Amino acid sequence: MKRGASRTDTLSRVAAAAVGGYALSATAAVGLALVLPVPRADAVLTGTMLSFIVYVCAVLWVFSAASATRAWTGLVLSAALLWAGLLAFGYRTP
Amino acid sequence: MRQGGFRQSMAWLHTWSGLIVGWLLFAIFLTGTVSFYRAEISRWMQPELAQMTPSDDAATVALSRLRAIAPDARRWLVDLPDDRDPVAHLYVWRDAGRTPAFQREALDTATGEPVVARATYGGDFLFYFHFDLNMPSVWGRLIVGAAAIIMLVAIVSGVITHRRIFRDFFTFRPGKASHRSWLDAHNLLAVTALPFHLMITYTGLITLMFLYMPWGRDIAYQGDRQAFLAEASLATTIPPAANVSAPLAPIGPVLAETARRWDGAAPGRIDVYRPGDANALIELTSSDAAQIAFHRRKIVFDGTTGEVIRTTDSTRWATETQGVLYGLHIGRFADPFVRFLYVLSSLAGTAMIATGLVLWVVKRHPKRDERAKPGIGQRLVENLNVGAIVGLPIAIAAFFWANRLLAIEVDRRADLEAGCFFLAWLLAIAHPMLRPTGRAWTEQLTVAALMYGMLPVLNAATTGGHLGATLRRGDWVLAGFDLAVLAIGLALAWTAWHVGRRRHAPRRHLASSRR
Repeated sequence: MKRGASRTDTLSRVAAAAVGGYALSATAAVGLALVLPVPRADAVLTGTMLSFIVYVCAVLWVFSAASATRAWTGLVLSAALLWAGLLAFGYRTP
Repeated sequence: MRQGGFRQSMAWLHTWSGLIVGWLLFAIFLTGTVSFYRAEISRWMQPELAQMTPSDDAATVALSRLRAIAPDARRWLVDLPDDRDPVAHLYVWRDAGRTPAFQREALDTATGEPVVARATYGGDFLFYFHFDLNMPSVWGRLIVGAAAIIMLVAIVSGVITHRRIFRDFFTFRPGKASHRSWLDAHNLLAVTALPFHLMITYTGLITLMFLYMPWGRDIAYQGDRQAFLAEASLATTIPPAANVSAPLAPIGPVLAETARRWDGAAPGRIDVYRPGDANALIELTSSDAAQIAFHRRKIVFDGTTGEVIRTTDSTRWATETQGVLYGLHIGRFADPFVRFLYVLSSLAGTAMIATGLVLWVVKRHPKRDERAKPGIGQRLVENLNVGAIVGLPIAIAAFFWANRLLAIEVDRRADLEAGCFFLAWLLAIAHPMLRPTGRAWTEQLTVAALMYGMLPVLNAATTGGHLGATLRRGDWVLAGFDLAVLAIGLALAWTAWHVGRRRHAPRRHLASSRR
């Protein structure tokens, strides 16, 4: 973010941080719960505990990206990468 | 990187994320700090309990009381008396169709009778406000969760912004331009207790993590929460009723077996599932003080034979990790000294938020032209600062005053106490809008100083437990409360005097040494 950034840019970033950041961290929580090679309950707990750290990192990324569009792109790419990894390495069927 | 750079975008993020939730965070931090003394506050608020000594056989007394009042329960829970709380707390749950579905009672185990004391929420009121904001359903908890994430963002972006973190550790420039000294104070409070601030905010999220982030559990277990709790050894599944009545095994041998397995440590809690039924289970849980982790050691006994069924001595690593994070947040393991360190660090966090809010205003003060009027946004922030930073302490004091002044037999007494808290807070938020800001600070600080400083006097006038008596008999809970509010009152009085003096020597400190 820089001083005097346009209002739409700021609003878009706030939305990306709140909604996009949450969606990405939820994806991480689910992904880890399904993919970690430990018993299911441990995987759920680990994934959920780590998801809040993912959330904070996502918000920092959103506000440091060059533009709101970049910020959104980064979030979507990371989520896509998570799912791709999940599919590639196989996961526990619920 | 683009123009402005990474550090500058983090500075922007720190300023605005801190501002939008600053007042809420201040309230969450202050009520959370106070909640480390929740049991002590509850005792002060029920002076009738002052002389209570629990029975040596509290478990037997509690269970026979439960047998008398709730033979038809699905579950009994007894929180046994301990060093901090002389009362046994009984809880009862019944199956659908039986009433009341939930019942609670505070029991004096020396007499076997329910505690007779004034109706109050005691320390629980501030404790629940800390994560619930007194709102219905889960709204308060969701708002507090969002504030906690934003707090984490503010902390991390603050650390990134603050490049000279170690050098500034030793920097304090009290006489300098006022925004410099406020900045130094903010940095000092942040840096000295930084690991605590990070820990307490993150672990706060962990306490309610499945409310905020249920997706991993719900998808991996396809919505079967009971299955998850059982598999993670987080909860004992309540057995179905056999509908064959059978007497409950005597608790004496069960306690003896527990003491043998736990090297003499006594349990803090007893659960009985399906009491009086052939399928009954008795579950003993170690006391809060016995370990850091919130998930405590458990032994499950057959409720009719008294045989051990299972123990949870070897908890799973992930469950244990979550339990330790949870336990670190609530600090119930802490002895009086560690508890005091908790409170000091937590006060530093509260003061860090307050100085941050003040800094926002001071930095934007009309610099060159002292007659220029501050904008409406700045006025609003400054007014809310007074209403939060001094107003909330006033509201807490009003809660204590109401506890002593409201008639004992008045209807809905506990709710009235809470009402006094909110009324006092509303007045404190409204007051700065009608007064010049500088004067609003001194006036509220003076009121707060009087309300805290006079509390021991009020206590002496309304109960027999004045400082002379409590100190003589070594009752450190009651004496400690009186001494603590007295110290808070003196600190507030000093602050009021200091702020008032600065107001009468206006702006010298701003004009003389600005760089």
